[in-house]
Amino acid sequence: MTLVEKPTASRERVVVRFAGDSGDGMQLAGGRFTSATAEIGNDLATLPDFPAEIRAPTGTLAGVSSFQIHFASRDIATPGDRPDLLVAMNPAALRANVGDLQPGGAIIVNEDAFTKRNLLKAGYESNPLEDDTLSAFQVTRVPMTMLCQRAAEAIDGATSRDAQKARNLFALGLVCWMYDRPIDGTERWLNEKFAGTPVVRDVNLAALRAGYNFGDTNELVGPRVQVAPAEDVPPGVYRNVNGTQALALGLVAASIRSGLNLTFAAYPITPASELLHDLARRADLGVRTVQAEDEIAAAGIALGASYGGGLGVTATSGPGMDLKAETIGLAVMLELPLVVVDVQRAGPSTGMPTKTEQSDLLMALYGRHGEAPLPVVAAATPGHCFDAAFEAARIAIRYRTPVILLSDSFLANSSEPWRVPAAADLPRIDPRFASSPDPDTPFLPYARDEHGARPWALPGTPGAQHQIGGLEKADGVGTISYDPANHARMTELRAAKVAGVAVPDVVVDGDDDAELLVIGWGSTAGAIRAGVRRVRERGRNVARAHLHHLNPLPANLGEVLRRYPRVLMPELNTGQLARVLRAEHLVDVRTYSKVEGRPFQAAELEAAILEAIDA
Amino acid sequence: MTTLTKADFQSAQETRWCPGCGDYSILAAVQGFMPELGIPPERIVFVTGIGCAGRFSYYMNTYGMHAIHGRAPAIATGLAAARDDLSVWIVSGDGDALSIGAGHLVHALRRNVPVKILLFNNRIYGLTKGQASPTSERGKVTKSTPRGKAEAPLDAISLALGAGATFVARAVDRDKQGLPEVLRAAAEHPGAALVEVLQNCPVFNDGSYEHVVGAEKDANRIPLVHGRPIVFGPEGERCVARAADGTLVVADTASTDEADIVVHDAHRADPGLAFQLAQIGDLARGPVPLGVFRSIDAPAWGEGLVAEARAARERVGDAELDALLQAGDTWTVA
Ligand code: SF4
Repeated sequence: MTLVEKPTASRERVVVRFAGDSGDGMQLAGGRFTSATAEIGNDLATLPDFPAEIRAPTGTLAGVSSFQIHFASRDIATPGDRPDLLVAMNPAALRANVGDLQPGGAIIVNEDAFTKRNLLKAGYESNPLEDDTLSAFQVTRVPMTMLCQRAAEAIDGATSRDAQKARNLFALGLVCWMYDRPIDGTERWLNEKFAGTPVVRDVNLAALRAGYNFGDTNELVGPRVQVAPAEDVPPGVYRNVNGTQALALGLVAASIRSGLNLTFAAYPITPASELLHDLARRADLGVRTVQAEDEIAAAGIALGASYGGGLGVTATSGPGMDLKAETIGLAVMLELPLVVVDVQRAGPSTGMPTKTEQSDLLMALYGRHGEAPLPVVAAATPGHCFDAAFEAARIAIRYRTPVILLSDSFLANSSEPWRVPAAADLPRIDPRFASSPDPDTPFLPYARDEHGARPWALPGTPGAQHQIGGLEKADGVGTISYDPANHARMTELRAAKVAGVAVPDVVVDGDDDAELLVIGWGSTAGAIRAGVRRVRERGRNVARAHLHHLNPLPANLGEVLRRYPRVLMPELNTGQLARVLRAEHLVDVRTYSKVEGRPFQAAELEAAILEAIDA
Repeated sequence: MTTLTKADFQSAQETRWCPGCGDYSILAAVQGFMPELGIPPERIVFVTGIGCAGRFSYYMNTYGMHAIHGRAPAIATGLAAARDDLSVWIVSGDGDALSIGAGHLVHALRRNVPVKILLFNNRIYGLTKGQASPTSERGKVTKSTPRGKAEAPLDAISLALGAGATFVARAVDRDKQGLPEVLRAAAEHPGAALVEVLQNCPVFNDGSYEHVVGAEKDANRIPLVHGRPIVFGPEGERCVARAADGTLVVADTASTDEADIVVHDAHRADPGLAFQLAQIGDLARGPVPLGVFRSIDAPAWGEGLVAEARAARERVGDAELDALLQAGDTWTVA
């Protein structure tokens, strides 16, 4: 029932951030907005930001929770640098987020929350809605609490508290109207979710519609912005996934395609715990999860499961990696499959547990005593976590080796549309278990196949009894050996096996005669792609490459690095992979470093790349 | 199937313990009793930790993993999470199980993981050449405690009971009858079984169990037999009795009212009696309760879960994987 046809504008891309108190339901509003956005076919990327404290005091800066979404009619690479629209449900949310806003950007506030008490808690001495604090922005004041109360009035049995709690749906409805997103998907979702509590369902539905209609009828809001569906999207079935979900799916897929039951053992730690929660719900697919007594046990349980013929996986974040190192070293020596997932976070020590960083790389590569090389795989985007997990499992099984899979807090929490692969298109992983030897031939537990892998003889296989362990073993026969030449040979064989893992060549996006190569690894992929695109739009010739295998490195990497006069490597650490590439290839790889617990923004990389070209 | 013999469980690797080490006696007892289980060697797995005891896995012609210090219970738990068709044994020492790996031991016991844990307690660090261990008696002079160990010893049996262990027993390395009996009972127990084996280290702690293996052994062994009054000594002249205040005391049988002599009950749900028995006697001087302290029925960890996972593996294929991958809100781009 539109009274006046409102003007519309069209935009290529938009960044929206929902911000409120951690009890305000911002993650839910953001999640539903994401679904609606995916439904109209925009490309998108999202990033939630939660407070570190579980129950930070209400209304304070520490308690602010936010959800950012970037959506566009073209392909996009990051959750966006600066929001075009900030929805602030209280003064603390405004204060914590306004600094990130695009100059001239829009702010919608729930003005009912701007009470004296809340302003004080947020550290505002005067009301920013009434002075000139926000003069650089277009501010829309909406009395959301009051409007939710009014919307709930007609519902029998609805309390004022029910109405209060529906404010996030009001905000969602309003923002859906502003960007022309459908709300019927959210209506269906509410109907399902609150089927058992009709009053809550009806209040939420009323608030959602009230928000939507408020946009439609109130002249404070407008114009309506349209973002057309993205084109050039490869055909297929899509869903929105975050890195945690994709990683868990990748592990399950590897389990099913290898025929090995997945045993996933972990100790609670932020942000890796979400993997345990996710996989704990997959018992119907043959997944066994174990919440271990500590990080060491988690690694031991995973390794024990692999010894028994399962796919043993453990996951943790930084501090847990320190504790698992000894078991990983044992797995190197035993030459058994083991996947160790490190969802990196800002360190050292407890550091900033909810913030992202790529600073565990050198530990993954080298953080064990003795000569203990192992393959390292890094996930690049939320969706790529699926491929990286599958690949890590494939290498572990094929080469009988522990593999470290690096993800990080940013990948774990951010989401993007993901083209769902068909199960049948995923490679089969053949575990090639050893069978019983002929009665007259001794079983050789340290014989090697064409890939340098030793036989995986499961307990229960008659005639293949053997004893493995951390002590050095004689080549072939596998008895304990202190022979100097044997130790040198075994060291070499273990290293050669890892160095020989088949890794695809690194692919360069760009011209051979580019002025600069930007090379990255892990979760910086999106930001680097966006930064490079901006530089190219300025007419500069920049090439880009991204590494998914960090050990062994692609065979063509040295040639690629030497092809360009300048090489820049942005990393969320102080230059760890750059150091490795310099050492391996004697190329002057320059570092662009950031260790603020936050991902790169496209704009800062644009500036860094321009500076590096002209340096 | 041919009947198994001790030889079927002997590996070709050369045993490397010091001459006279109690570990030899335990190895012989284990290899000698294994055929009784009727389980072929390939279905038996020994997972060991670090220390002299850790070498045990190399000497059994079964599957074996010599793991890392203290972590054998964790690794064996993983094996039990993946397989339910194996007999899994852990061999550990007092340093391995009660010091660096105490946390894993406690959790394997409280979970009741289906594994048999043999804890060789020689009350010393042998492999690292003679430091005090958590079970060394107070005042013990070693290389690391030249002024005598200041701390009280840790009692493996009490710890296991405190962790909720469903089977707890103690035996002596050179007790040719008692040790296999306890091993047999442990093997029959469906959940986690802890067997402390008092083991002599002739090199660094010689004679530490002389009171239970030498001439005085009958006076110092308190045999625990379920359903029987606890009496001991060459003529049964001593007993374990309940004092008026409820504590257990060692008393003369002749001067004790028969009704006050404790009748052993290993199967009671309440671990109180077993704990009291663990507290009487003195491991370093005797007398020492031996046998099964506690053996109760309780579901083993993850009962049925391995079978469930196996059934899923046979049932689940690409169709189920496709359904999982496409779950939730999806959309199609043509
Ligand atoms: S040091 Fe002691 S425990 Fe170790 S092998 Fe020698 S005698 Fe046995």
